[in-house]
Amino acid sequence: MIKYISFFRMRFINGFQYKIAALAGIVTQFVWGAMEILLFQAFYRTNENAFPMEFSALTSYIWMQQAFLALFMTWFWEKELFDSIQTGNIAYELCRPTDIYTMWFVRGMANRASKALLRCVPILLMAYLLPKPYGLVLPSDLVLLAWFLFSMLLGFLVVVAFGMIIYGITFYTVNPMGVRMVSQSLAEFLAGAVIPLPFLPDSIKKVVELLPFAAMQNAPFRIYSGDISGKYLYQTILLQIIWLVIMVVLGKIIMHSALKKLCIQGG
Amino acid sequence: MKLYLKYLSIHIKSILQYKTSFLLTSIGQFLVSFNVFLGILFMFQRFSNVEGFTYSECLMCYSIVLLSFSFAECFFRGFDMFAGMIGNGEFDRILVRPRGLIFQVIGSKIELTRVGRVLQAIVMFCYAIPRSGIIWSASKVITLVNMVFGGTVVFAGLFVIYASLCFFTIEGLEFMNIFTDGAREYGKYPVNIYGKNVLKFCTYLVPFALFQYYPFLYLTGKSNQIFLAFYPILGGLFLIPCYLLWQSGVRHYKSTGS
Repeated sequence: MIKYISFFRMRFINGFQYKIAALAGIVTQFVWGAMEILLFQAFYRTNENAFPMEFSALTSYIWMQQAFLALFMTWFWEKELFDSIQTGNIAYELCRPTDIYTMWFVRGMANRASKALLRCVPILLMAYLLPKPYGLVLPSDLVLLAWFLFSMLLGFLVVVAFGMIIYGITFYTVNPMGVRMVSQSLAEFLAGAVIPLPFLPDSIKKVVELLPFAAMQNAPFRIYSGDISGKYLYQTILLQIIWLVIMVVLGKIIMHSALKKLCIQGG
Repeated sequence: MKLYLKYLSIHIKSILQYKTSFLLTSIGQFLVSFNVFLGILFMFQRFSNVEGFTYSECLMCYSIVLLSFSFAECFFRGFDMFAGMIGNGEFDRILVRPRGLIFQVIGSKIELTRVGRVLQAIVMFCYAIPRSGIIWSASKVITLVNMVFGGTVVFAGLFVIYASLCFFTIEGLEFMNIFTDGAREYGKYPVNIYGKNVLKFCTYLVPFALFQYYPFLYLTGKSNQIFLAFYPILGGLFLIPCYLLWQSGVRHYKSTGS
C-alpha cells in the first residue's frame, strides 16, 4: 500500500511543475465556460419552457465542468503508457514487484488530480464572484456538499477505470489510435461533456443515464446543482458504485489475460 | 506556384507511406466534429430555433466555419508547428534559402489528415442546403464562396499571429487556442447569439463575424443588402496587422543555437 501512496505523491508533485501550462489552461477554461453559458442563455431566451433544468443549475454545471475538467476528460491519455506497450518498454515495469494495474491506476489518478487541483481553485473563485444568474451557486447545505464530493470521487475513479480498460485493449491491437479515437468520442458525448445529459431527448436520455458514462461527470455535477435529488440521488450513487466495481474487475481481467499472452518482441 | 505543387506532392507521398495511420487520424477528426453535430441536433430537437435561426441554418453556419478552419489548418499548418521549428533550429535553415520565408513555412507542413473534418463539413452542407430554404442565385453562391474563403484567411491570420509570438517566447502559447479552437467550437452558431459584446469583439478585434454572421444574414435572406456579401473581403484586412507582427518577429529573431 505504502509504495502505491508514495508513487501517487511522486506523480502528483511531478504534475505540479507545469505552472505556466496551468495558467493558460485556466484562462482557456474560463473563456470556454463563459461562451458555453452565453450559448445556453440564447436558447433559454428563445424558449424558456423547453429548458430541462434550472438556469442556475446549468451555470453551476458548466463552471464545475470547466473547473474539474482534468478529472473527467476522457480524451486525455498518457502517451508514455501507449508507447511502453508499443515499444516493449513495459518489460521493465513488469519486472517491478508491483501490480501493474494498481500502478497505472494510481498514476492516472495522480496525474489528473494534480492538474485539477492547480486549475480548479481560481476558476471556482472567479465563477463564484460573477453576478447572479451567471455565477456558481453555493450548495444549500453541507449534506449535499458531502454527497457531491463523494459522487465526484466515484465519478473520478470511474473515469480512470474506463481509461484502464482502453489501455488493456491496446495490448491486443498494438496500434492504439483506432480504439482510442472511437472510445473517447463516444465517451465524451455520452458522459455529457458536449451538452449536459438533460438536454437529450427523453427516450435517449433514459438509456444513456444508465450507462457507465453517465456515472462520470454527469452524476456529481447534477447532484451539486440540485438537478438530481431525493431518491434519484441514492439511485445515481448506487449506479456509480456498481459501474465502478464492474469496470475495475473488467479492467483487471483484460489486463491480466493480456499480460499472460504478452510477448515482448525484443528490440 | 510550381514549387508549392512540388511540396504538396512530397507531402502526399509521405502520407501514403502510412496509410492506416492517415485513415485513423482522419476518422478521428471526423468523429470529434461529429460529436459537435450531435450536440446541435439534440439542442434543436428541444428548441426549434435560437434567436430566429433554424436547425438547418445553424448546420450551414457550422459547416462554413468548419470548412474554412480545416482549409486553414490544412494549408497553413506550418505556422501552427512553428514553435518546434524555432526550437530545433529549422528556421535558421529557412533563412538562408533563397525563397520567401512565409512561403517556406507554409510549404513545410501540409496537413492532409484534415480531410476528416472537410468531409464532415461537406456532408453537413449536403444535408443542410436542400433544407435551408435558401433560393440560390449567383450572388448567394458568391456569398458562400466569400464566406469560406474569408474564414480561411482569418484563421490563417491567427496562425500567423501564433507563430509570430513564438519569436518572442520560443515556446507556443496555449492561450491562442481560445481564438482558433474556440472560434471553431463556438462558431457553430451565428455569433450574435452570444450577445452584443461578443459580437463587437468578433467584428472589430478578431473579425470572425465578418465572415460568419454578417454575410450569413444575407445568405439566409434575413437581410437583402448585398454589400453584406462582401464583408468577408473586409475581413481580409486582418492579414495586415498579422503580417506586420510577423515582420517585427523576424527582425527580432535570435537563433536558439541548437
